[in-house]
Amino acid sequence: MIVETGHFALVLALCVALVQSVVPIVGAARGRAGWMGIGRSAALVQFVLIALAMGALMHAYAVSDFSVINVVENSHSAKPLLYKLSGVWGNHEGSMLLWVFMLGLCGAAVALFGGNLPPALRARVLAVQGMIGVGFLLFILLTSNPFLRAVPAPADGQGLNPVLQDPGLAFHPPFLYLGYVGFSVAFSFAVAALIEGRVDAAWARWVRPWSLASWCALTIGVAMGSWWAYYTLGWGGWWFWDPVENASLMPWIVGTALIHSSIVVEKRDTLKSWTILLAIITFSLSLVGTFLVRSGVLTSVHAFATDPARGVFILLLLLVAIGGSLTLYAVRAPVLKGGGLFAPVSREGALVLNNLLLACGAATVFIGTLYPLFLDAVGGPKISVGFPFFNETFVPLMVPLLLVVGPGSMLAWKRGDLLGALQRLWAAFGLAILVMLAAFYASHGGPVLAVLGLGLAAWVFGGAAVELAERLRLFRVPPADSLRRAINLPRAAWGMSFAHMGLAITVAGIAAAAFQTENIQVLNPGEDMPLAGYTLHLASVERRPGPNYIYDDATVTVSRDGRPVAVMHPQRRFFPLQQQTTTETAIRTNLLADLYVAVGDPDPSGGWTIRAYYKPLVPWIWIGGVIMAFGGLVSLSDRRWRIGVATRARPAVPQPAPGE
Amino acid sequence: MRTLLFMLPLAAFLVLAGYFALALRPGHDPQVLPSALIDQPMPAFDLPALGAGAAVTSAASRGQVVVVNFFASWCVPCRIEHPVLMRLANQDKVAITGIAYKDAPDAAKKLLDDAGDPYARVGVDLSGRTGIDFGVYGVPETYVIDRTGRIRKKFVGPLSPEAVAGELLPLLRQLGRP
Repeated sequence: MIVETGHFALVLALCVALVQSVVPIVGAARGRAGWMGIGRSAALVQFVLIALAMGALMHAYAVSDFSVINVVENSHSAKPLLYKLSGVWGNHEGSMLLWVFMLGLCGAAVALFGGNLPPALRARVLAVQGMIGVGFLLFILLTSNPFLRAVPAPADGQGLNPVLQDPGLAFHPPFLYLGYVGFSVAFSFAVAALIEGRVDAAWARWVRPWSLASWCALTIGVAMGSWWAYYTLGWGGWWFWDPVENASLMPWIVGTALIHSSIVVEKRDTLKSWTILLAIITFSLSLVGTFLVRSGVLTSVHAFATDPARGVFILLLLLVAIGGSLTLYAVRAPVLKGGGLFAPVSREGALVLNNLLLACGAATVFIGTLYPLFLDAVGGPKISVGFPFFNETFVPLMVPLLLVVGPGSMLAWKRGDLLGALQRLWAAFGLAILVMLAAFYASHGGPVLAVLGLGLAAWVFGGAAVELAERLRLFRVPPADSLRRAINLPRAAWGMSFAHMGLAITVAGIAAAAFQTENIQVLNPGEDMPLAGYTLHLASVERRPGPNYIYDDATVTVSRDGRPVAVMHPQRRFFPLQQQTTTETAIRTNLLADLYVAVGDPDPSGGWTIRAYYKPLVPWIWIGGVIMAFGGLVSLSDRRWRIGVATRARPAVPQPAPGE
Repeated sequence: MRTLLFMLPLAAFLVLAGYFALALRPGHDPQVLPSALIDQPMPAFDLPALGAGAAVTSAASRGQVVVVNFFASWCVPCRIEHPVLMRLANQDKVAITGIAYKDAPDAAKKLLDDAGDPYARVGVDLSGRTGIDFGVYGVPETYVIDRTGRIRKKFVGPLSPEAVAGELLPLLRQLGRP
């Protein structure tokens, strides 16, 4: 009964979405307040209905209702409750439901928090959100219904892929989808602005918090995915340039460009049509990613079970959503008037360079990901694009970007003084040199590129620190004055500093990957192996029962110069239901380096393959990601988003001019 | 002119959509071997062996049922597939011919030394030429070749335990693997 209610709620949500996509937009065109107002209530009702459907499916999973095909195929009664619930989005149908749930959440948020939007703009934005909802609700109901019954119901389910039974993967998809789908709001704002033919600073001020929030969620989602791969797959890698990973990276890169270019629209009323295009492309890339993952046109480790019929449906959705918005763009964007002029060397100029490099980076990843598909379509030779392609194309594009982050954020609007900015960055330059010398010395003249990468990270970090110090006039005025300035500094400025510092920390973690040491040996219990000054001693391997698996529990004691450091327990889990083995690595971190131990296959003589890595700075990759997202959240708390645009004329706090 | 510029994104998207449509065209499944190659003779190859040993050639396996697996040390799905191959070799006693695709011999050797070697013989396809002849789309890929030297089946992506139990082993039995 609950299952049918969920199904019925989803059908109702479709009906409501239809109303939401037509009535408000017609009302906005005819100036009818009542019709426009329907958008808000429809968005809220649609969200409640989708939440009901989501709740019904989660309930079916929680109580292991094996009369539902989706539960049978992806769950099992012996699974821990957390993985029963996360199993809801561990499959195609359920994850699509999560997708529209997030979409409904975004629509409801616009309806609730969009109180200071002009009614016509809000009506159009909600109508576009409604149209996206119609497309995806139809997709679920026609091709991927999670509520179908199994007759007769089997006694138990087939279980969830063991690799997915992991806490990291329980929370990774919700963040990722919130990020993907959150950009639909920026998309809807862009389409609404094209319909209205008006983009101004106020528009940018409304769009920016939505893009920022989605960007934060996507940052966390991508970082979590990478962290999961790191500790689950047991090979110490954290990014594999797999098509599905790239599908999440591309919207992130373009979304990063979007949150930077919309600053220019807000502050300087220019770069409008470019920002609109970025808003469209960011969400389009989310949609294309959905298509690639679910249609089976590319081979990937992560791909869902695929079905060409679904592929055709999503392709039609892409044609309507992306094709429609880009057609609108082609017709209306030329009408948008450009705003203030600026010299090439200026804050605007630096942000344009940032956008250019990010766009090229995204294009590189895009081409690398789709190259096999392009060649296949023209019947060309079948090739695969791996690690080397991305390392040789994407990385060189990011180096100039990292070089200009610091100086760019020091430049004044309209016309900047590059030489002056560079002179003020002497401290950052000194820091970079020091870090490179220290890294070179500590690694005994180790890999030059990694040393340069660490220097680059120090340059970005130093740049962000100097910029912040200048704003606070640190060391130039009495500390109390600096503190007062720190309190009065807009949250957006703090957010930028945090995000850039987070970026620097991530870059340092990535660069330091080259310094890792590894040792892979077959050990019998009682034997030792060395690793980066530590001694790893395999004390024992015991077989124990888990909740729905049995595992070989290795006890590895780590010592340094005879003194014990840690006891680590890497595991090898065997899931009898799926006849599948997973590795559970043991990681000991002091936030400066990870000690990473995985246990592999046993050999006939009673030995076990032990893979151990010592990875300096690797935790920084994800710490940096979290700091970036935190910076985004701090910026999001800036009071100028909360106060209405009409009242922004007289800010309550005197704001220091940038670069003061 | 300026208007044309604004149409560029749309044009680019339409081209892209065309490629997507081609990839979805009926009867075309990128996951399976193009029908043109099924039941065709296996492409000839003569590859240096990984480490010491005689060259790995297509001629040497004439008259036998052969499982050819393309892999690389840089390929992550291969590592996921690796335990499946180990079981296939050790428990089901299937002799697998490995081809290290566009991989540095040292790196491939290290992988097999570290993680175990499921292959009866390994050839090094440094240039990727043999891979192109076979129509390798991405590693790993696995081919089953019958006694007459014809390709009978292609598995794209990592072999799953289900695919081994449900498709690969029955096919080998049907082909009369000794």
